[in-house]
Amino acid sequence: MEETKLHEDLASIRNMMERSSRFLSLSGLSGVMCGIYALIGAALAYAVIYQPFSLSGYRDYDKGDHYTMADTSVILFTPIVAQLFFIAISVLTASLVTVYMLTRRKAKKQGQVLWGKSSKTLVFQMCIPLLTGATFILIMITRGYIGIVSPACLAFYGLALVAASAYTYTDIRYLGLCEIALGIIAAIFPGYGLLFWALGFGALHIIYGTLLYSKYDG
Amino acid sequence: MKVDFNKLDKAFENRVRLQIMSVLMVNENYDFTSLKELLEVTDGNLASNLKALEKEEYITIQKSFIGRKPNTNYQASAKGRKAFQEHLAALEQLIQQQKK
Repeated sequence: MEETKLHEDLASIRNMMERSSRFLSLSGLSGVMCGIYALIGAALAYAVIYQPFSLSGYRDYDKGDHYTMADTSVILFTPIVAQLFFIAISVLTASLVTVYMLTRRKAKKQGQVLWGKSSKTLVFQMCIPLLTGATFILIMITRGYIGIVSPACLAFYGLALVAASAYTYTDIRYLGLCEIALGIIAAIFPGYGLLFWALGFGALHIIYGTLLYSKYDG
Repeated sequence: MKVDFNKLDKAFENRVRLQIMSVLMVNENYDFTSLKELLEVTDGNLASNLKALEKEEYITIQKSFIGRKPNTNYQASAKGRKAFQEHLAALEQLIQQQKK
């Protein structure tokens, strides 16, 4: 047994420990794309909400931080909300499709199984905070607490990323913590939800995607 | 410098066995199919190496069914964990000796 065999053994131990427990084919590029979609979505949403167009728009919550139940049905079934809903679904779908396609491509290149033990655990761990958040937010929307949507989206998404970080790149944890912090700040400033939403889902994704891309892609 | 290769565990001389053990050190358990995909080895190769580790009592086996499909899960035993750690320590020592 000579030196190279020793080093190869150690390398293979490390490689196996890492690959067996973490899904390391997440595409950084797809993070950048998601950020761009989110910014486009936020810009469209801004244009829809703040008509006539002005650059300093924010929601006025002076009459209390939520609408009354009687107002809710009036607010929920307006063309504006329908348009916002359409924008949100489009951004989400485009993001998921892009992540799936680019991650599949990267996994294939790296010879890692796309839907294996590690990626299943990763998705499962993310789904718990995400589904909790989605249910919570939907319930609050029907109660008229519109202002909670943006902070709660950011906070629950952040929690999902922190949970996911144990099963993919550890770097994701800090992105998660940033999203949680943004969510909490957004909760302090109701009315600026869209701005924080754009920062969290747009800017942060682009920054982190670029970071992951330069570190792990290629 | 005298290099002591006797401390290395014979059971881990084989690369596949070493890899199986590495996987089981950081995962509570791992099933046959996932191991096969990860290590990129044939059924027969994997099975015979698993059998060898089982014979050393380094791993334990749990058989169950998912629906109708048989599912075999492997875990590292306490003995296996100890052996692996000692093997790692021996590898480290050898490398340090060679650096001198």
